[in-house]
Amino acid sequence: MLMADVSLRKVIKRYDDVEAVRGIDLDIADHEFIVLVGPSGCGKSTTLRMIAGLEDISDGDIMIGGDVVNDVPPKDRDIAMVFQNYALYPHMTVAENMSFGLRLKHYPKAEIKARVTEAARLLDITDLIDRKPKQLSGGQRQRVAMGRAIVRNPKVFLFDEPLSNLDAKLRVQMRIEIKKVHQKVRTTTVYVTHDQVEAMTLADRVVVMNKGRIEQIGTPNELYHKPATRFVAGFIGSPAMNFIPCRLEDAGGTLQIRLTDRIAFALPSARAARYNALPRTDKLLLGIRPEHLTESHAHLGSGVESFDTVLDVTEPMGMETLVYFGLDGTPVCGRVDPNAGAKDGAPMRLAMDLNNMHLLNEETGAVL
Amino acid sequence: MPPGMSRQGALALRPHDKGVDRSPASSFIFRQKAHSMADVVVQQGRLVRNARPRKASGLRNMLGRKSTVAFFLTLPLILLIALLVLYPAFFSLYLATLNKAMTKFVGLGNFTFLFKRETFWMVVKQSCIFAVTAVVFKALIGFIVAHFVHNIPGKKQRKWRGMLLVPWVIPPAMSTLAWLWLFDPSYSAFNYTLSFFGVGPIPWLGETFWARFSVILVNVWYGAPFFLIMYLAALKSVPDQLYEAAAIDGANWWQKIWYITLPMMRNIIAITTLFSLIVTFANFDIVRILTSGGPLDTTHLFATWAFQVGIQSSDIPLGACVSLFMVPILAVAAIFILRDVSKRGNEA
Repeated sequence: MLMADVSLRKVIKRYDDVEAVRGIDLDIADHEFIVLVGPSGCGKSTTLRMIAGLEDISDGDIMIGGDVVNDVPPKDRDIAMVFQNYALYPHMTVAENMSFGLRLKHYPKAEIKARVTEAARLLDITDLIDRKPKQLSGGQRQRVAMGRAIVRNPKVFLFDEPLSNLDAKLRVQMRIEIKKVHQKVRTTTVYVTHDQVEAMTLADRVVVMNKGRIEQIGTPNELYHKPATRFVAGFIGSPAMNFIPCRLEDAGGTLQIRLTDRIAFALPSARAARYNALPRTDKLLLGIRPEHLTESHAHLGSGVESFDTVLDVTEPMGMETLVYFGLDGTPVCGRVDPNAGAKDGAPMRLAMDLNNMHLLNEETGAVL
Repeated sequence: MPPGMSRQGALALRPHDKGVDRSPASSFIFRQKAHSMADVVVQQGRLVRNARPRKASGLRNMLGRKSTVAFFLTLPLILLIALLVLYPAFFSLYLATLNKAMTKFVGLGNFTFLFKRETFWMVVKQSCIFAVTAVVFKALIGFIVAHFVHNIPGKKQRKWRGMLLVPWVIPPAMSTLAWLWLFDPSYSAFNYTLSFFGVGPIPWLGETFWARFSVILVNVWYGAPFFLIMYLAALKSVPDQLYEAAAIDGANWWQKIWYITLPMMRNIIAITTLFSLIVTFANFDIVRILTSGGPLDTTHLFATWAFQVGIQSSDIPLGACVSLFMVPILAVAAIFILRDVSKRGNEA
């Protein structure tokens, strides 16, 4: 089996005056499942299309399996791509769609048939093999598009927002399908999406992109628990992390964090040691995820501090209730037990787990 | 009309509109239609509310049915076609059965007379050569140029499209006159230019081969832009992602054309070819102006020969008879090509 690692070295894409991709360095290991995620216009699709060879590279190098492929046309890069709107050939049957690449390369008929049958079995589309794309549902078309990629047995799979055209339920289903397929075929995969849930659930490593740059590369857990920037902290996780303006204060030998005139908490010792060197004058943001803002109990653990507030709105989700309230005008979201008695407009005592807090510089957006 | 009612009207329409495609243009037309039907449908809606369940109730219900309304909407066109096409067609059938003085019924006498004349068979042959050759070249040139124009970016493309459409926009009788001058054996631009290369003078319209070549050339010049525009529209309707998918699947430019472009354009190609074949086969003005059928009737087409026989030689029944021969030939072509279109249309 050929090595199929992909490397990007200072890759830049310029359209006239606009830089869509501003110098990307990325190493993708063999068999790895990498997800590029970011808001629309962040350059993730452009990056993928440059790996595919559908867009020229303005500057930098792209390597597949150790060879620089900057000037290699897509057909010689040994890649397969799944498009957002499937891009199935409407005049060909499912089998013809899947075998098109192999037929162009003059594979023997028997092998083509064997590969198509195998891929169809893997994707559970054996019954559809003689149909035209028009006769298929969205999910089935997506499977065929994946089948077309699989039969080629390429070095790299590229997925360009493959689930965006499906309804929510089907999306979850196909997400699991894609994961299963990758577990079976183990082909190096680069997957582009704007949906952070897809990114978190599918990826070995997630690449968060913003404005043509990479914000952070890491495993889903790293990104969630140790975001490097405010952008990543706010982008990963739903509902999003709360950012509350705050400042550090010394109070009787302990470091405390002041959120409002009324509310200030002593920092847990580990945190205090970490933040002690920071100037007390800096404009800071407290980053705290909604799940670390819960209803208060009689016995709070160390580093968990409680405070009183008045709820604006509550959203019962079934397994939890989201509560929204304001701290000096900053909207904040918390997640409480559905039986905790949260009501719209009612006062409530909440607890904040400062062991899981993040402290950010408001101006630079860096996580401290 | 109260808003609730119009909504009811729209709802009542819903079950019928399955086949309507939802492109903006067609949905606009559809909406307009819905408005014009609204009165009928609203009355129907009232009926439905008073006496449910929905039951067929005579004339009103029939008026509300989409097919009935569609028939009435197309009626003016049907009448127009009947008046301008069907009536002359049957009249010429009648004329073709008369003798030269148009006083006596001779049955198929005119036809049997034609079959015995050598000129008739030459006209059949020349019409076929003319139509097939011209259409093939028009299609080929249109296809190639459409690809070039398709690849010209944005604003420039509009200019080129406009310029390339000029031959098709000028009335052919006028532009053919210009060609007539170009083909002039002694003082024309063609022969003058060729004389520098030691070629010629070529008897463009004076010799059978060159005369046939010339009428075909002018027809191709006149008709290729039509193919260009049709093919350009078809090219634009092929999603870019199909080409990208094909590029990744390993197709080179030729394979992309063969496996993606041509199959995707198949319907347009078929319809355009059929349409052009009919128009070219029935061509009159170019041949009439350039050669008047000469030399020695060798460039005559059905239309020009029918004109010569029927009007200039005052044998109207025989002329009608000649022009009627176009019908079976074109009907066969139409059946073949349209059968394929409807078959494809069901699949794609």
